[in-house]
Order: sequence, then structure tokens, then C-alpha cells
Amino acid sequence: MQELSLLLASLPDGVLLGFVYGVAAMGLTLIWGVMDVINLAHGPIISLGMFGTFFIFIKMGINPYLGLIPIAILGLLLGVVIYFVAVHRIINAPHLSSLLATFSVNMIIIGLATAALTTSPYNVDFNMGSFDLGFTTILGTRLIAAIIAILVTGGLYFFLYKTRPGKYVRAVTNNRAAAELMGVPSTRILALSFGLGTMLAAISGALIATFFPFSILSGGHYELKSFVIGVLGGLGNPVGALYGGLILGVLEGIIPAFMETSWVPVIEFGLFVVILLVRPNGLFGAKE
Amino acid sequence: MKRSFVVFFSLLMLASLVLAACGAPAAEAPVAEEAPMEEAPVAEEAPMEEAAAEEAPAADAPASAEAQTLTIGFTSSITGKYEVSSKRQVNGFTLWMNQVNDAGGLTLSDGTVITFDSQTYDDESNAERVQELYTRLVSEDGANFLISPYSSGLTSAASIVGEQNEIVMLTTGAADDAAYKTGNTGLFQLYTPASLYMSSTVDMLKELNPGAKVAIVYEDVKFATSVATGIIPYLEANGFEVVLEEGYSPETADFGPIVNKITASGATVLLGGGHYNDGTALARSLYDRNAGLELVYLLVAPADTKFPELGDAALGVVSSSQWELKATHTEVEAGDLGMDWFGPTGEDFAAAYEAAYGDAPTYHAAGGYVAGLVLQKAIMDADSAASEAVKEALNAMNMMAFYGGIQFDTSEEAHGLQIAHKMVVAQWQKNDAGEFVLEIVAPSGVATSDPLYPIPTH
Repeated sequence: MQELSLLLASLPDGVLLGFVYGVAAMGLTLIWGVMDVINLAHGPIISLGMFGTFFIFIKMGINPYLGLIPIAILGLLLGVVIYFVAVHRIINAPHLSSLLATFSVNMIIIGLATAALTTSPYNVDFNMGSFDLGFTTILGTRLIAAIIAILVTGGLYFFLYKTRPGKYVRAVTNNRAAAELMGVPSTRILALSFGLGTMLAAISGALIATFFPFSILSGGHYELKSFVIGVLGGLGNPVGALYGGLILGVLEGIIPAFMETSWVPVIEFGLFVVILLVRPNGLFGAKE
Repeated sequence: MKRSFVVFFSLLMLASLVLAACGAPAAEAPVAEEAPMEEAPVAEEAPMEEAAAEEAPAADAPASAEAQTLTIGFTSSITGKYEVSSKRQVNGFTLWMNQVNDAGGLTLSDGTVITFDSQTYDDESNAERVQELYTRLVSEDGANFLISPYSSGLTSAASIVGEQNEIVMLTTGAADDAAYKTGNTGLFQLYTPASLYMSSTVDMLKELNPGAKVAIVYEDVKFATSVATGIIPYLEANGFEVVLEEGYSPETADFGPIVNKITASGATVLLGGGHYNDGTALARSLYDRNAGLELVYLLVAPADTKFPELGDAALGVVSSSQWELKATHTEVEAGDLGMDWFGPTGEDFAAAYEAAYGDAPTYHAAGGYVAGLVLQKAIMDADSAASEAVKEALNAMNMMAFYGGIQFDTSEEAHGLQIAHKMVVAQWQKNDAGEFVLEIVAPSGVATSDPLYPIPTH
């Protein structure tokens, strides 16, 4: 009985957090889907998004949700820069090259940020209150973050399916050579896609910072979750990533009701391996 | 090819996670180059450390006096999850070293003048790095004495190297009792052992609410597990009901499910935590969810001056502290207890530390400073810098400094365990101006304020 009440208490939390995980994973899976690159700099970019919220709210006094706009723009620009500096030249090389390239970017960002910001935890003392549903307490920050995550997903869907650059992205995803023959500027589209991926990472980091303390190393934790979610939802399927995020969030909510919390990552990654072996295209299909 | 690569990568991650969940403390492995620690700034116009001044007649030394520079080796967590506490520990030690060297060093009866140098590397809060680096400190850098890294887990790894090479290691920031019960003879602990960390808090709780229901929720690492599980028999002996006992992974970011568990257990008091990063996240989550606990005790994190950055989530949180300026020990107290007094007053130490680093010293900083002070006293008592002589002096030591009593267990069963040092219970409260202040709330003899109990809800 206690397990059931605990389950009811933690489930909404998991669902709300799952939306934010979904946005983080969408960034990773978008880049993979478009250019077959595993972006190992995803984690520190999530962390930079967290620090974006910190500086915008704590140092400038601007509401963290308004701060999402400059964070998204800077995330996009940073991604474009990373693409041209580290990824573009090895885009057709074996996977190991792109892994090493993005891992190098990961090292550089962590190194620079550690020098400037240390690895001490930072906290954004921001509270949107909470309300009681009887069996659980819903935090305002998580609810708003989930709403924003849904809006971001909707925006991405609109961009990919209703705009010309979005259609170009999908065309490059499906067949880059054919898209180039049709006049699609593939280099710019690849750069834009990488930028969109990092933008989503930065946004998710900015949202996470409103409810958890963080350091420059925190992003690595969410990068790993993004891998799991990407596989659950289907690598290269950004919308599937949102569903994957929800599944992961729900698991994180319900597992502690029945066993010690330290088993959560074991079960998550166990599921990760099982999905890879049994359904390698993910629960919702791979590239679209 | 792509699929098999991802499966292989995933299996590797899964295997490591299973090992972590089975109890092995996970360590973050941030990437950073080994970098010699920067010299800390020397205190400007800092009050001169008394003992150093007394022992520093370098100018009066015989002309034939030999100069000897001792290398003190240690690693520090410049990066990783122990960064906050480790840096303060190193700051404290470096302040001591600079003060002694600026005063001309220590002069032995044969005229030898001893000064100190330090060699240090970033251990990245990683136990594997610690063993490698302490081996390097001993074999390549020629360290004469060792100071422990911060945290029990890292110290446990480092102590093996010290013991194998028969080099004295003073441990600070390492409270777990276990390392001193493995037959070591060169390990000397400055912190109150982990098994005694929460006892003063339980005594206080017995006065505040003997019917409290207690949840024990702790970081699944050596130190926190030792403290948290070690207090359960004492709680039960005092009539408290333990309604929840749970460990959590050091990597935990979302404490929501854990807070829900605490609430569902019917607990009115939480005892637990681990280190700085997880402690701040847990405190924040308890506050955000208005968990309604009457008392929250967390290890380590609340003792840091950064803790109030959490805002109102810091209010009322209690912790044990190895030293607080408000309850600093004095020469009079040492005289009453028949112990040798050594070193500066707490006020002088705090002023020098603030002048050097621009921040009030925490107990981690005091622990680092006292590690140097105890080494200084041992060398002076031994009238030698030879390892065996210093070891004998440490075994015979019974001194008090501003930090508190220092005496080591000399039995074979628990050699080097600290037996004279006592902790205080501190709580974050607000003063009349609404500013956060860390007040001593127990033991009553040194308390500066009544406990805030129950802590306010919002």
C-alpha cells in the first residue's frame, strides 16, 4: 500500500522531468539522425545552458524563462561554430573520427569552464511555488519546464515539417547526395542541424538549472540519459526522443518506490542494452 | 558495424553501473591535466602564527646551522565532486606552511633549520588517481611526509602507499574509522572518527523531541555509510524509531523520489547526506517540496560558507563541525584539561586565513592548518625530522590547539584513530538583519544559540 502511494507521489514528477530529458535527447538524436555523428560534447553544452540560467538570473536578475531566448540563440551559434571547427572536415570520415572530434570539444569546454567556473556546484535560487494534489506535490518549476519542453518539441516539429529549411534538414537526413543534386546547400544545413542540436541541449540545461544545483560536470549525467532515451525513442527520431524521455522519467519515478534509488541507472542502462539487442531501431522507429 | 559498436559501448556502461550500484563508490572523472598547485597568497599583515614565531630564531641560529627543506606531499581535488572542501583544506595547510617559512622555519637543538615545501597534484576526486599520484609523490618527488587527500575514500587509497613506504601520513578530511583498523602504523587522524559524528546531534534531539521518528538517508560512499549506519545502534539505544534507511548513488541529481520516500515513511527528522554536492541538492529538494521535517541534519555540506547560496533552503539545516570559530578552543581550556597548548588562537588563525583567502575559514580549512601544526609539534618534540622519531612523537602527543584536542590511539587494533577531538553541532539560522549565520547549538556548554526546532515550513 505504501509502495502504491509512493508510486502515485513520484509518477507525476517523473513524467514532468521526462519532458525535459526528452528535449536534451532530441538534440543528441537530431545530430545523429542528420549526420551520423555522436556528439560527445552534448553534456558540457547542457552544463553551459545551466550556467546561462545562472548568469542571467543571478547576475542580471532576468527571469530564467525569458533567459531561454538568448540561451537558445547562443546555443545555436555555438553549435554552428563547433560544426565548422571540429565536425565539418570529418563528416564523411569513419565514426571514430567524429567521436574523437566531439570528445575533444567536450574536453576543451570542460577545461575552459573548470578554469573559469571551477567544478563547485552552483544553485539558482528560483522558486515558482508548488501545489498539492493530495497524493503528491507538483513543483511549479517542473510544470513550467515540462510545458516549455512540449512547446520546444512542437516548434521543432513545425520547423522540420512546415518550413523550407526544415524540409532541407529532412532531405539531407534521408539522402545527402540526392539533396545536394536537388540544390540543397548541405553544408549549411548540416551546420544548422548541429546548431539546433546544441540549442536543444542548452535549453534543456537551462530548464534543469531551475530545479537542481549543478556544476560544469553535471551535463555528463544528462548526456548518458540522452543516449538511453535516443535508443528508446529511435536514434535519429527527434519526436521519438520525447517519448523516450517520458519513459525514462516514469522509470525514475517508479523504481525508487520498490527498490533503492541506486538501482535506477542499472535498470535504465539494462533496458538500453535490451532495446539495442531486441529492437535496435528503438520503440518508435529510427530516422524519419 | 554501427550497431555492434553501440551495443559494446552500452555493455561497458552497464557493467560499470552494476558495479556502482553494488556499493563501490563511484568517482567522477573529470578531465584535467596534472597541475602543481598554485602557491596560495601569503597573508598580508596577518597576525603572525605564535608557535612559528617562537620556533623561528633563524637569525639567532649558530652560523654552522644546516638548512633542511622537507617536502610535504599530498593531492587535492582541484576538480570533481570534492573540490569545495578539498580546496579549503589545502588553503589551510598552505597558510600554515607559509607562516612557518616566513618566520624562518623550525630550528632544532643542533641548529638545523627546517623549512617546508609542498608537492601536490590534482586527484580529480578519483581514488584511482590518488594511488598513482601518491606513489609518484613518494618515489619521484621524494616527499618526507604526507598529508591525506580530502575524503575517506581517497584517503583509504592513499594510506596504502604511505604505509608501504613507511612514511607518516597525517589525515585530515578523512573520518571513516575503518582505515585505522587495518594495522597501519604511520597513519594519524585529526578528525573526530565517523562513528562519533552524529552522537552530539542525537543527544540534542533527545532533549528536543525524544519521540522523533528518524529517516537515515545517505550517500552510498565509505564515509557517509560509516557515519549513517554507525549511528543507528545509538539512536535505538536512545529510544528513537528509525523508519527509513536508504543509500543513494553519489551521482544522484533528482532527489524528488527520495524526498517522497522520506515523507511516506512518516519521518519527522532526517539524518544523512554525504558530501557537498549531493548535500546541497538534497537540501534544495527538501525545501522545494516542503517536506515538513522538524530537523534536517546533513553531513559536510552545511559546514561550508557557500551553503547559504541555497537561500531559504539552508535555513535550519544542521551539521556536525570539527571546528567553529564561535566555539574555538583556548589555552585556558587546555590548562584545565592538563594538555599542552600549541599554536595560534582561533581568532588569529581566522584573521590570517581571511587575509590570505578573503573568506572565513571552515572546519576543512582548520583541519588543513592543524595538519601542519601537528607535524610541526611532532618535529619539535622529536627534535628531528626523521620519520621514526616523528612517528614516536605523534604516538606520545597529547596537545590542544585552537582546533581542539589531539591525541592518537596507540593500540594495535586502531592505531592512529583520533581520541581527543570533539565535534560541535552547528545550524544555519538568520540573525536580526535576516542574514544567514552558522550558530553552535550543541553541546550546550559552547552553544551560541538555541536550536531552531522545528525548522520553519513555507
